[in-house]
Amino acid sequence: MSASLYLVAMIGVPAVGAAVVAALPRERSLLAKQVTLGVSLVVLLLAVLATVAFDVDGDRFQLTSSISWIPDFGAEFALGVDGIALVMLLLIGVLVPLVVGASWHEADAGPRPPRVFFAWLLLLEAMMVGVFAATDVLLFYVFFEAMLVPMYFLIGSFGGPRRQYAAVKFFLYSLVGGLIMLAAVIGLYVVSTSQLGEGTFAFDALRQLDIDPDVQKLLFLGFFIAFAIKAPLVPFHTWLPDSGAEAPIGGAVLLVGVLDKVGTFGFLRYCLPLFPDASRFFAPLVLVLAVVGIIYAALLAMGQSDMKRLVSYTSISHFGFIALGIFAFTTEAGTGAVLYMVNHGIATGLLFVVVGMLIARGGSREIGDYGGVAKHAPKLAGAFLVAGLASLALPGTNSFVSEFLVLIGSFDARPVFTIVATAGIILAALYILLMYQRTMHGPPRGVLLVEGEDEPAVSPPTRGGGATALAAAPAPARAALRVRDLDRRELAVVAPLIALIIGLGVYPQPLLDLIEPAVSATISDVGADSGGTDR
Amino acid sequence: MIEVPDLSFAALAPLLLVLGAACLGVLVEAFAPRDVRHPVQVTIALVGTVGALAATLLLTVDFERTVTAGGALAVDGPALFLQATIAGLGALSILLFAERSLDPARSAFVVSAAVPAGSPRDRELLTTPRVQTEVYPLATFAIGGMMLFVAANDLLIMFVALEVLSLPLYLISGMARRRRLLSQEAAVKYFLLGAFASAFFLYGLALVYGATGSVRLSEIREAASVDGSGTLLLLGLGLLIVGLLFKASVAPFHTWTPDVYQGAPTPVTAFMAACTKVAAFGAILRLLYVAFGTAEWTWRPLIYAVAIVSMVIGAVLGLTQTDLKRMLAYSSVAHAGFLLTGVLGLGSGGEGSGLAATMFYLLTYGLTTLGAFAVLTLVRDGDGEATHLSQWAGLGARSPLTAAVMALFLLALAGIPLTAGFTGKFAVFRAAIEQGAWPLTVVALLASAVAAFFYLRVIVLMYFSEPVPDGATVGVPGIPTTIVLAVTATATLALGILPGAVLDLAEQAARFVG
Repeated sequence: MSASLYLVAMIGVPAVGAAVVAALPRERSLLAKQVTLGVSLVVLLLAVLATVAFDVDGDRFQLTSSISWIPDFGAEFALGVDGIALVMLLLIGVLVPLVVGASWHEADAGPRPPRVFFAWLLLLEAMMVGVFAATDVLLFYVFFEAMLVPMYFLIGSFGGPRRQYAAVKFFLYSLVGGLIMLAAVIGLYVVSTSQLGEGTFAFDALRQLDIDPDVQKLLFLGFFIAFAIKAPLVPFHTWLPDSGAEAPIGGAVLLVGVLDKVGTFGFLRYCLPLFPDASRFFAPLVLVLAVVGIIYAALLAMGQSDMKRLVSYTSISHFGFIALGIFAFTTEAGTGAVLYMVNHGIATGLLFVVVGMLIARGGSREIGDYGGVAKHAPKLAGAFLVAGLASLALPGTNSFVSEFLVLIGSFDARPVFTIVATAGIILAALYILLMYQRTMHGPPRGVLLVEGEDEPAVSPPTRGGGATALAAAPAPARAALRVRDLDRRELAVVAPLIALIIGLGVYPQPLLDLIEPAVSATISDVGADSGGTDR
Repeated sequence: MIEVPDLSFAALAPLLLVLGAACLGVLVEAFAPRDVRHPVQVTIALVGTVGALAATLLLTVDFERTVTAGGALAVDGPALFLQATIAGLGALSILLFAERSLDPARSAFVVSAAVPAGSPRDRELLTTPRVQTEVYPLATFAIGGMMLFVAANDLLIMFVALEVLSLPLYLISGMARRRRLLSQEAAVKYFLLGAFASAFFLYGLALVYGATGSVRLSEIREAASVDGSGTLLLLGLGLLIVGLLFKASVAPFHTWTPDVYQGAPTPVTAFMAACTKVAAFGAILRLLYVAFGTAEWTWRPLIYAVAIVSMVIGAVLGLTQTDLKRMLAYSSVAHAGFLLTGVLGLGSGGEGSGLAATMFYLLTYGLTTLGAFAVLTLVRDGDGEATHLSQWAGLGARSPLTAAVMALFLLALAGIPLTAGFTGKFAVFRAAIEQGAWPLTVVALLASAVAAFFYLRVIVLMYFSEPVPDGATVGVPGIPTTIVLAVTATATLALGILPGAVLDLAEQAARFVG
């Protein structure tokens, strides 16, 4: 087995970077930010190099490396990626530098030094890479759980007014799911001990096991519940709106953009190949949850007045689509679902970033506190519109391709579910466009409004908290909005995401080429209809 | 004619070192001038415990399992592993005892325990620079007793060891310099309940002797495998188990734990939480598997039920605590339940990984809990240690390093991966599931989730709350406490990230001699 160091470096570099940033003196916060940006760009470079080194027609897992880790448990520090994991690594590589850029001033005003924020961010990046790159189930589990700690501190230390509640809720939900999964992980190990003579956590060995269907069902549920909390599917979703709303913008982007994808990734990587019979058995149930989630979360999203909560609910709706694509068991839908995971990270990432920029200007998360912003900040409004349209999957944006693939692929296998899910698209148009219209168009109003033209610019934003009293006041005669448009830093964050949205909307083929073989291998593991390979 | 029992001095070296140091300490107390006593006592206690640790490690090099001292002591893998654990944790506790730079009065122990609390003489002594030095030989005796306890191959020796370890603990629990009444109450409570537990044990011993005609574990095993269901034997076994579960603070025999943990001087609490737990579980393992391994159907359901009760009571009652020491006490009750999960993960013939897992868990839990109590000694207000939760608000902003170390220990106690706590939990749960005890494991996992909440609450307070104006201050630890914190924190991380070598050691050690 040839050892490839790309993945090891992608974990090691940010982990070491985190330690360096944390050790910097308190007053060197600019240096901390620069180091963080530099490290995250190195990771991006590594991700690109790894993609170049990845042979699309080669083995299922490539860039593998492994070293004995806990011999008594039969656990190895084994890394490797298939096409699915690789595109997620690319997504991480792209998102983290942009998050660093978007969070440049995030922690400046707070009581806690910015270097702490950036150190946690880098540590989170290392763990996220580890989760997707692990090919040893115990190693996956360790990263899966350890990943909670940096996110917990990011939400709890740098979040909004209800951050304590949100951080604990996030941690406990994920921990409960994780502990249930731990039981299943150990169960799997015990099965492997009895069948192979020696316990192992190696994914490839576990995939060969012939597990009794009843045991499979239990183990499947153990994994499934953990992933359904993570992803989140509907009955397990209530933590996400709180966490998404209270997390700092950078944390929120990574939370819904990457962390939650571990759930859907887990369905594909672990639930389907390891427990094919149970997956087929439970598929109708999962599909019901997925479709209910699409509609229910979309309806809830429409009812939100808090922009960050709204975006969080849209994500829950989108996760329904991803789960639908995965559990339809066709290659087409599965490929669409994985592409959806990437596209959702980009589109919702941009949406969160833009909403964050708006909140940074107005200091309020309420939709009702804004109005007519587009006239004064056209670039901001433009970015908002692109993000919104990508979220509602307008043709020409990246999300259209993936949503279309999911629906087409699922329709062959599960027409009824697919038809119901399609209604989610219409609702998506409603909640996105209503939010856009209320904040960006119409008469100028809200917290950004100041009297007279000569007033100094808006006072520095305060954290969270609605300034609704201002909004309620009648607009004076010479009132005008004083709102900065995007500055160069913000443009540099937004532009690459917009480019990706358009680029992947027009030409998704390279990603599809990466994803399809891995999905088709997974679907054949399940033994269900492997679907048409033509796209 | 009296036969002299055969003694293997090499195998007994660790015990002899510790008990010798304790005796020497008593002599020093009697004859050395007061002003040199403290450094001398600390040195003797440390030489004894560290020497014992080194001796046990040396014994493992060319290791042969033996039964010595006329068959009364078993020097086998588990005995050596647990003796090394106790000696190591004991040495760290001694270091905590010796800390002199935190309290303005320069010690955590009262100068003269016999002076009534609150009397004029007591107030006078409160500010004297004299320090209490009797605690060192007492603690060393307790460590010796514990090391004897885990090697006892004979119920009578086990009882003697139980008393040798308990009596000094009763005493030093009552020796807090501050909040003396609370401390004395704790000592009395501990003594009364402990005496009951000893009586249970002794009565059980008598019944088992009556049923089998022997106090030797191997002979009891033979008798039990012939007829394991005799009323006398079962009753005796039950009473023995009750006595041991009391020492291990397993619910429902845990009621002393919160009060004693809270009232005792914090270094003593750390010592009890870490070392007594190891010793008690060592004895439980030996009693159950060496003496009653063939009659496991008699005790397995009992331990199964007690484990569940302990985990649930520890986790749920831990939620309601507002004092950190009490919270850690309930955490100790919950962890006792997790440990019993590991105890059940051992097959009757000694197969399965339960013994190794339990021993590893004891080591990780001991290190982590010792470290957590060591942090408690740092956080103080005008009246000694600040153990109320509310006083910890905003500690992360004022003292980032202390808060970070505490957060590490709390995450380890909660069993988050990459800390020693996770490795230990994984090991015991795996052992239990392998033996088919998966319902117990599910309960254990749920209890872990509940317990995680109260550990997290402390982190929330330290990091996510604004500092309170009259909050606690963090003392600058002297060299002893710094060593303890460095060792425990490093070990907690190392055993979480790369536990291979130590797990291997536990695996190799995990066979009893009959």
